[in-house]
Amino acid sequence: MDVFFQQLINGLSLGGIYALIALGYTMVYGIIELINFAHGDVYTLGTFFSLAILTLLGVDSVVHGPALIGVLAVTILGAMILCGLTGVIIERLAYRRLRNAPKLAPLITAIGMSFILENLMLYWRGPSPVPFPQVIPNPQFALGAVTIQAKQIIVVLLAVVLMVVLQTFVYNTRLGKAMRATAQDKDAAQLMGIDINTTIALTFLIGSALAGAAGFVSGMYYGSTWFFNGFGAGLKAFTAAVLGGIGNLAGAMLGGFLIGLIEAMTTQFISDQWSNVVVFSVLVLVLIFRPSGLLGESLPNKV
Amino acid sequence: MALLTMEGVTQRFGGLTAVDALDFTIEAGSIVAMIGPNGAGKSTAFNLITGIYTPSAGRIAFAGTDITGWATSRIAALGIARTFQNIRLFGFMSAIDNVLTGEHARLHANLVDSLLHTPRQRAEEGAARERALAMLAFVGLEDAVESYARNLAYGVQRRLEIGRALASEPKLLLLDEPAAGMNPSEKRDLVALIRKIRDRGITVFLIEHDMALVMEISERITVLDHGEKIAEGDPAQVRSDPKVIEAYLGSPA
Amino acid sequence: MRLIAPLTARLPPALRTPRAGTALAFAAALALPFIGRNGAFTNFLADAGAFVLLALGLNIVVGFAGLLDLGYAAFFAIGSYSYAMLASPQFGIHLPFWVLLFVASAIAAIFGILLGAPTLRLRGDYLAIVTLGFGEIVPQTFLNLSQWTGGPNGIGSLDQPVLFGYRFGFNPLPYYLMVLGLIALAAWLANNLRTSRLGRAWMAIREDELAAAHMGINTTSTKLAAFAMGASFSGLAGCALASKLQLVSPDQFMFNVSVFVLAMLVLGGMGNIPGVIVGSLILSALERFILPQTTNFMHNVGLNVDLTNSRFLIYGVILVTMMLFRPEGLIPSRQRKAELHAGQADRRAAAAEGELLTEVIH
Ligand SMILES: Nc1ncnc2c1ncn2[C@@H]1O[C@H](COP(=O)(O)OP(=O)(O)O)[C@@H](O)[C@H]1O
Ligand SMILES: [Mg+2]
Repeated sequence: MDVFFQQLINGLSLGGIYALIALGYTMVYGIIELINFAHGDVYTLGTFFSLAILTLLGVDSVVHGPALIGVLAVTILGAMILCGLTGVIIERLAYRRLRNAPKLAPLITAIGMSFILENLMLYWRGPSPVPFPQVIPNPQFALGAVTIQAKQIIVVLLAVVLMVVLQTFVYNTRLGKAMRATAQDKDAAQLMGIDINTTIALTFLIGSALAGAAGFVSGMYYGSTWFFNGFGAGLKAFTAAVLGGIGNLAGAMLGGFLIGLIEAMTTQFISDQWSNVVVFSVLVLVLIFRPSGLLGESLPNKV
Repeated sequence: MALLTMEGVTQRFGGLTAVDALDFTIEAGSIVAMIGPNGAGKSTAFNLITGIYTPSAGRIAFAGTDITGWATSRIAALGIARTFQNIRLFGFMSAIDNVLTGEHARLHANLVDSLLHTPRQRAEEGAARERALAMLAFVGLEDAVESYARNLAYGVQRRLEIGRALASEPKLLLLDEPAAGMNPSEKRDLVALIRKIRDRGITVFLIEHDMALVMEISERITVLDHGEKIAEGDPAQVRSDPKVIEAYLGSPA
Repeated sequence: MRLIAPLTARLPPALRTPRAGTALAFAAALALPFIGRNGAFTNFLADAGAFVLLALGLNIVVGFAGLLDLGYAAFFAIGSYSYAMLASPQFGIHLPFWVLLFVASAIAAIFGILLGAPTLRLRGDYLAIVTLGFGEIVPQTFLNLSQWTGGPNGIGSLDQPVLFGYRFGFNPLPYYLMVLGLIALAAWLANNLRTSRLGRAWMAIREDELAAAHMGINTTSTKLAAFAMGASFSGLAGCALASKLQLVSPDQFMFNVSVFVLAMLVLGGMGNIPGVIVGSLILSALERFILPQTTNFMHNVGLNVDLTNSRFLIYGVILVTMMLFRPEGLIPSRQRKAELHAGQADRRAAAAEGELLTEVIH
């Protein structure tokens, strides 16, 4: 039972990372119905950007006190901004031209973008895992036989806070409403005077920025990353988005935590080697039996 | 004999009831129409008949078979063909390939035939091509056999879509606003075409906004408003029905 | 076809038909190793031929039916492992190569159906991600089930084909001739499919799935047929390459192989058989000759760049730039070209009329 609770904690923190990535998938899918395969790689870029910022700041070990807050704020915001801009550039270069093309076309460019990003990161940081410094003091708390690390709490907190900020933005601001209107019906939104291009760019900006935050968190949590990290994580996060109900922000969050749990439990109770297989099987099963996801509503498609 | 029967058919989309407890029958060999303001639920009724949606309640029977919940392809193979309000031709296939695709359910070539082009397959394709050419002539497209569907003029596309539907040798043909966007001379041709189709023994059920056309051609008319049937009868009865007049004046279509 | 038009224009009319073109191309391919008389070149041709088979198979799925399969390497893996398990000391089973050619294709096709049956009902983009997941699961599974599959080392010492008592051995020439024969067969079958009831149904589904269903086309089983046919071609390729390399291992079938083959289609021309073959040959040559030699050249002029590491970057760039600027590929099919440019044409038309493209869909 202790093992179970331990994995529950581990799964939730893993899930926090997936949830942040899943938000980007779900937002982009919600608005242009594109699986942005490059999104997982933007997340890895987030880790590398964070690393670069920490290096610039000269930080390579634990920071204490008020300086910690400063370092964290600069690094996370920096990674978010850089990733956000990367997302906007990708959309502008690779997807916008193909918005009216057959569905196959943007999907193929998305795969191509993913390959390009991965290999640029390969050039930049080489093929081996790159260590990520421990910036945050990481005291551990024991609850019976279960240990909780401070960084696990931070992952979950950060994910939840960003999620709340995002929800507030999407439901309570003009820009957020424009995003929802565009997601629902592009033509109608355009008739109401919403600038579709700007709104879609904004969606990429926010989704990619969240991936940037996830990238920082992942570096902190795992203590390393490598150029190919985003491929698997991206697939799992997409699974999370589908599980929660694609297009649904709360669903992406829920799906993220569930996938984290499933992965942690598989690793513990079956074997590490099978965790990918189990997660993808979940994807297939959800798509077959409840394609609208846990929180998505199932309306027939418009004909 | 009733060819198509709908009993209490209801379709809800979230909170919206697009079709509300619709009872409806079509006699074999007739031309019937459905009218009603925009958003009344007419196209949704078609979509229910062809199995795009499974009704939230009620049942649909065709030629004595309950087809409620059947897949679209099975319903089509059973003998219901249609056109769409916004034309849905295979734009990048030639006119004749569109019609040949319409024949799909009437052809028998299986995977092995298709792989090896067996003599049986070649004979069947040859005959199918002949029929397709005849069909193109029937709808007046003998000069556009090899053109891409999307390159044809709008009115011609509408006729090609009818030809494609007829190629499946249906018992019932559903036409969703076939005269939309046509000029008066094209409309006259359309009326003649619909009559010729009925004379082939095919029952025609159309949705149409052009009242003159509807009144001229239909034997029975059903009026839908807000998903409900508000009137039914022959053209004269429907024309003088106060509920119909109100529905049209109340919400300009 | 435009590329070779200047060449064909000089030929007498009888030789300008597609059939004559095909015969000429086949004769040239047959003569190639004898003109080259170079073991390494013949070896390359044999390997490249296996990838042409893969490209022809994926073309059925992506080019004809318009289904984006991102896990195609999984079927290649299944075909290859089928051969490896049934023609090697691994289990002491040694079935003849020529029988296994069919068996491996059938097994790959069955897996195509097993994967397709539950997933082909899904919308196209979900299918892409499910196949991607499947493409991850299969090599991972071969890796994990090491008691049967040899784990990361794979299975070695595979049997070499024997034809009428002639052992193929280590000479690439017989493998090349065999692969050439398989390509001719595959191209013929694919072309037959394209111009048949099934091929029309695939095209219809690609253009408008809902309208296709209204023609009485059972969209799920029709898509399944595409998956099964595509998978079976990869079974042929798997046998051919496994028997030549005498080795299979999980790392031969990773995601980048699926993308490699997809890039062949995108480069050559999705849906067009000659285009796909040419695209495939170009990319194989890029891997084997062009990148290493350019790298050598760079070294000689004092530049220290290793382009062989950039293969995947180049595939990514090919996918993106082709889709953006020449989506129909280098040698397009007429139909695909029109289709893929339609989005742009629509936009231009809308801009010209100065009005929005608001199509009310009821
Ligand atoms: N797939 C759908 N999802 C949600 N609402 C729909 C859908 N299809 C139709 N509707 C709605 O149902 C109502 C009836 O539409 P429709 O049948 O197209 O009307 P008509 O053809 O009579 O103009 C409309 O309000 C329309 O917006
Ligand atoms: Mg309508």
